[in-house]
Amino acid sequence: MITDVATFIGAYPYRHVDGGTPEGVLSNMDRLGVDRAWVAHLPSILYKDPAPGTVALLRVLEPHRERLLPVPTIHPGLPHWERDLDAASREGAPAVRAYPTWQGIEPAGDAMRHLVAAAAARRLPVHLAVRMEDIRQRHPLDTAAELPAAAVRALARHDEGARLVISNADRAFVEEVHFGLTPAEARRVVWDVAWLWGPPEDHLRHVLATVGVERFVLGTGAPLRLPDGPFAQLDLANLTADDRARVLGRNLADWT
Amino acid sequence: MLIDVHSHFLTARSGRADWRELNERRLDAGALMGITTHVASILGSWGNRSPTYFPSEEDVEHANGEMLAMMQEHPGTVQGYCVVNPNYGRHALDQISRRLDAGMIGIKLAASRRADDSLLDPIATIAGARGVPILHHVWQHRRREWPGQEASDATELATLALRHPATRFILAHLGGGGDWTHTLRVVRDIANIWVDLSGSGIDGGMIERALEAVGSDRLLWGTDLTMGTGLAKLRYLEIAVRDPAARDAIRAGNAQRVFPPEAFA
Repeated sequence: MITDVATFIGAYPYRHVDGGTPEGVLSNMDRLGVDRAWVAHLPSILYKDPAPGTVALLRVLEPHRERLLPVPTIHPGLPHWERDLDAASREGAPAVRAYPTWQGIEPAGDAMRHLVAAAAARRLPVHLAVRMEDIRQRHPLDTAAELPAAAVRALARHDEGARLVISNADRAFVEEVHFGLTPAEARRVVWDVAWLWGPPEDHLRHVLATVGVERFVLGTGAPLRLPDGPFAQLDLANLTADDRARVLGRNLADWT
Repeated sequence: MLIDVHSHFLTARSGRADWRELNERRLDAGALMGITTHVASILGSWGNRSPTYFPSEEDVEHANGEMLAMMQEHPGTVQGYCVVNPNYGRHALDQISRRLDAGMIGIKLAASRRADDSLLDPIATIAGARGVPILHHVWQHRRREWPGQEASDATELATLALRHPATRFILAHLGGGGDWTHTLRVVRDIANIWVDLSGSGIDGGMIERALEAVGSDRLLWGTDLTMGTGLAKLRYLEIAVRDPAARDAIRAGNAQRVFPPEAFA
């Protein structure tokens, strides 16, 4: 089963995005042979309160729940955010997302630590993105900092049950976190392959060998980014069929 | 046929012990992707002896010599741009004359001098006279100075292109960072600027907006430093461009018209 952990529906405030609908996501999945996708609500990144965004997400995904799994956004700086987490759990969400630097909270502060621990208690991974777009192209008002690697290390160390899915990390970020954790802590983190470049530098092939293929999952970032990206990188990485299958789905199934 | 109009190679002076391996990996990945010809440049010493975007005369001389050697080592598979630093005007013109005579098929201007600066005029003039394009490094909508380069954006390149209507320009790496929507607004009506799709950026909607702005006749496919993102965009062209002839134009046909006729014979 091929699972894409990083897709979105809805509009992006900083530029026009085509295909931010269930039909758009499904069309890409069918074209690329993806069985299931984790789907988040793109506008919720900047909502003061993302809960209504989750309501909208659940409503539009309802007819497609076999293939499109809702990933609610949680703002752990709001009062009673644990109720949103409980609701996500009841809905069968495979994970929840938080965007601490866009939400105006410390990336590894108390609120985020509480979120990671509370999600762990409910066996829910927390999905974080290092960046949404290349820093060189961001809108002048899009000034949120990129997620620091130190924050991922701190969150991974915070709770034995922590589960972190990290999107859009480059090679240096992955290495800094992975080799800055104990092996047990490192197993609490999986990385999507969206921002790991192929040849000639071959960053993807390098980290698959050094960090371990079991730590990587498929995430496309569609429709913000072309979903073809990770597939092209994997095709150029010269993987065995077994390793490719692990990245495309089996790692995630084994880890969650 | 598939022509990569934006490729790079390294040399022993590039400050990396693995330079040969990186060059081989580019060629191997190119073979896997179906690249017929890599049109490449070597940006001086890549910062090892002089800055990447401000190469010294000596580094320019060495890089262009090595580029020619690669062309001879891989005939037909590798073609070369002559890299110059416009701040060394006499040297730049001498390099261009010698290197084009030796078989290079284009000129690469990186970010040693702003594109609308008059120092670039003699280079643009000789490019037009010799019938070769200028591939110009561009920061898509540069809103401030960035360290390490005197980057130009589409507005500045358009100023140069309008001063030299008989010269063909390639605006580098639309996906290479910055605001590509700004670039597409600028180049829409500048008929002697072609847009290369290379760069690490694979934004959804970028190819569609590029097609709307300049049409399939003025788009060129390329990779730059990240070949995987080039492959992703190549595959997506199958979706975004339904007309096979238009796809072939982006893959190779436009490059065949932009470069000298004998370049891809």
